Amino acid sequence: MKIVREALYPLIAVAAAFVIGGIIILLIGENPFVAFRLLVENSFISAKGIFETLHYATPLIFTGLAVAIAFRCGLLNIGAEGQLYVAAFACAWVGIKFGGTIVTVGDVQQDWSWASLPAFILVPMCIAAAVIAGSFWGFIPGYLKAKFGSHEVINTIMLNFIAIALVSYFTQYYFKEPGDPILQTVPIGDSAWIPQLHTFLPFVPEDVPLNVAFILALVMCAAMYVFLWKTKWGYELRAVGENPSAAEYGGISPKKQIIIAMTISGSLAGMVAIGEVLGFRHNYYHGFSAEWGFWGIAVALLGRNHPVGVLLAAIFFGMLLRGGIFVDAFTEYISKDLVEVLQAIIILFVASMQKFSK
Amino acid sequence: MEDILLASTILIFSAIRLATPMIFAALGGMFSERSGVINIALEGLMLGGAFTAAVVTYELSNPYVGFLTALIAGGVLAALFAVSVIKFEADQVVAGFGINILMLGVPALLSGAIYDAAGSTEQIAKEYLLPEFFRLNVASILAFLLVPLAWYVLFKTPFGLRLRAVGENPEAADAAGVKVLRMRYVGVILSGVLAAAGGAYMAIGQSSFFTKGMSAGKGFIALAALILAKWRPFHVLVACLFFGFTEALAIQLQGAPWAKLPSGEPIPVQFIEIIPYVLTIIVLAGFIGLSRAPKALGIPYSKEK
Repeated sequence: MKIVREALYPLIAVAAAFVIGGIIILLIGENPFVAFRLLVENSFISAKGIFETLHYATPLIFTGLAVAIAFRCGLLNIGAEGQLYVAAFACAWVGIKFGGTIVTVGDVQQDWSWASLPAFILVPMCIAAAVIAGSFWGFIPGYLKAKFGSHEVINTIMLNFIAIALVSYFTQYYFKEPGDPILQTVPIGDSAWIPQLHTFLPFVPEDVPLNVAFILALVMCAAMYVFLWKTKWGYELRAVGENPSAAEYGGISPKKQIIIAMTISGSLAGMVAIGEVLGFRHNYYHGFSAEWGFWGIAVALLGRNHPVGVLLAAIFFGMLLRGGIFVDAFTEYISKDLVEVLQAIIILFVASMQKFSK
Repeated sequence: MEDILLASTILIFSAIRLATPMIFAALGGMFSERSGVINIALEGLMLGGAFTAAVVTYELSNPYVGFLTALIAGGVLAALFAVSVIKFEADQVVAGFGINILMLGVPALLSGAIYDAAGSTEQIAKEYLLPEFFRLNVASILAFLLVPLAWYVLFKTPFGLRLRAVGENPEAADAAGVKVLRMRYVGVILSGVLAAAGGAYMAIGQSSFFTKGMSAGKGFIALAALILAKWRPFHVLVACLFFGFTEALAIQLQGAPWAKLPSGEPIPVQFIEIIPYVLTIIVLAGFIGLSRAPKALGIPYSKEK
């Protein structure tokens, strides 16, 4: 019964999104059923569709978990976007500096790296860089909240802008191949690559970039469940989220928990870099994130801040993001912006029903 | 010497132009937050205003009608936000965030359908844009005039007193007979109207069309200016002008051949761009005087409690 109750409000929100979205499509002069079929069916009818959806869902799982763990401590992390930006850059930085990257400038070959390390050292180093950078960018607003009481929402919004500006600066002035019109770094070393699933799973189509980061995302869902509900630390974190003064009375320091929650949140957001930089793009590309940090808020809300819910919500939104491309291509007047409209309606409905669903 | 004079004149007018949408939005945010409702939806409200102004002005070839329609659209959109956070007591930040995403999606979807150009509206002819007087756009003049007006309304009228009371201590205001929820509705709707005015200026003053996400974080900078200004109108003006100035400076330095560091490297504009954000964090942490928000900011009010 508990599951039914937990699932009821998210399902109402999704239904409302499709009804209101359908009305908008009608007003535009298209057939909503055709549009929604395009949105959904391409994610089911083929193996390619299913695995592409999971590829789109992977960053959303990480950011969804990131927002959810902060929510559990009573904090709203709007900064996942900035956290994953610094993480991706840090990850690429290690991959370039320790990956033996050679850059051809004119006719001259320049060695931009300090070392050329083998995969078994380099990959963990890159992952560590992503996690540390992300967690640091999460730690800052956590610390500011704990120490000065300044609102984490405003600080994380500001830190998003700062992160994106700083990373763009370093990319532009220090890590861009000279003459490259695109704001991106040179590629990371080959030994920093992590495998895509089709290289060892024969049933995954070869052109799907789904990589082992997806498996890591599943592991993190399980790890977050264990952490929150099976450990003392998780209990303390949730206690602060439910009632900070009662928690403090019970001997738990809300300040410490706030810092811990924001740091973990940042590290989870930072893990987006693993799949994107090491598993997919193999460099840092400015603008690689399709606002996943912000999607994480919708994912966490729809998933009711529970790892299983986050996983399901991320796959659902991953499906919409992929389906949006087909809606764009195969209808005359509907663009993939439809997906954002649906996301927004879901957010507004879930937020407005919070009062009843507690 | 004349070069410097010319350059600084250009810079000042550019700063005013860039500050104008923020002044509208930040003054709007002030009414909402003074009544106790956190408004991170400013960005979305601006976009709603910008889109409406662009479409109406293009279709009717009249910027004044376009501007006024944008105000109405902003008010309606803010009313939606208000119902969500006041009636249903939705988390104000989450709902505001939802409005922002809605206004990324809806205008892009509609403009794609109406004009068949992915996420943009048609270009409006120059003679149908908001006019300029003495090199200042009529919207900029309006924004400047609004500052003393907002101050007067907030601090010298019974309405302003009630609005502030509702944001500071709703229980006491309620006991004194003030309709708390109604005041909050008014505050939030006003914020929508003003933010939309800022957005409208962006679409039919500063540029001549709407494009998806064209406010590019201006709503958030307005919010930062509001915090920096400690929710006071004249300080809002100063903060917005300062932020406008940093942005104007960054634009001027971008690619200017003379803008070099002593080492011969170009001046990295990114470091100028982040000044408003860094400053906001520092102010929030209380390093430059304490920034005290309205006491009941972010807390829904229901009588049963």
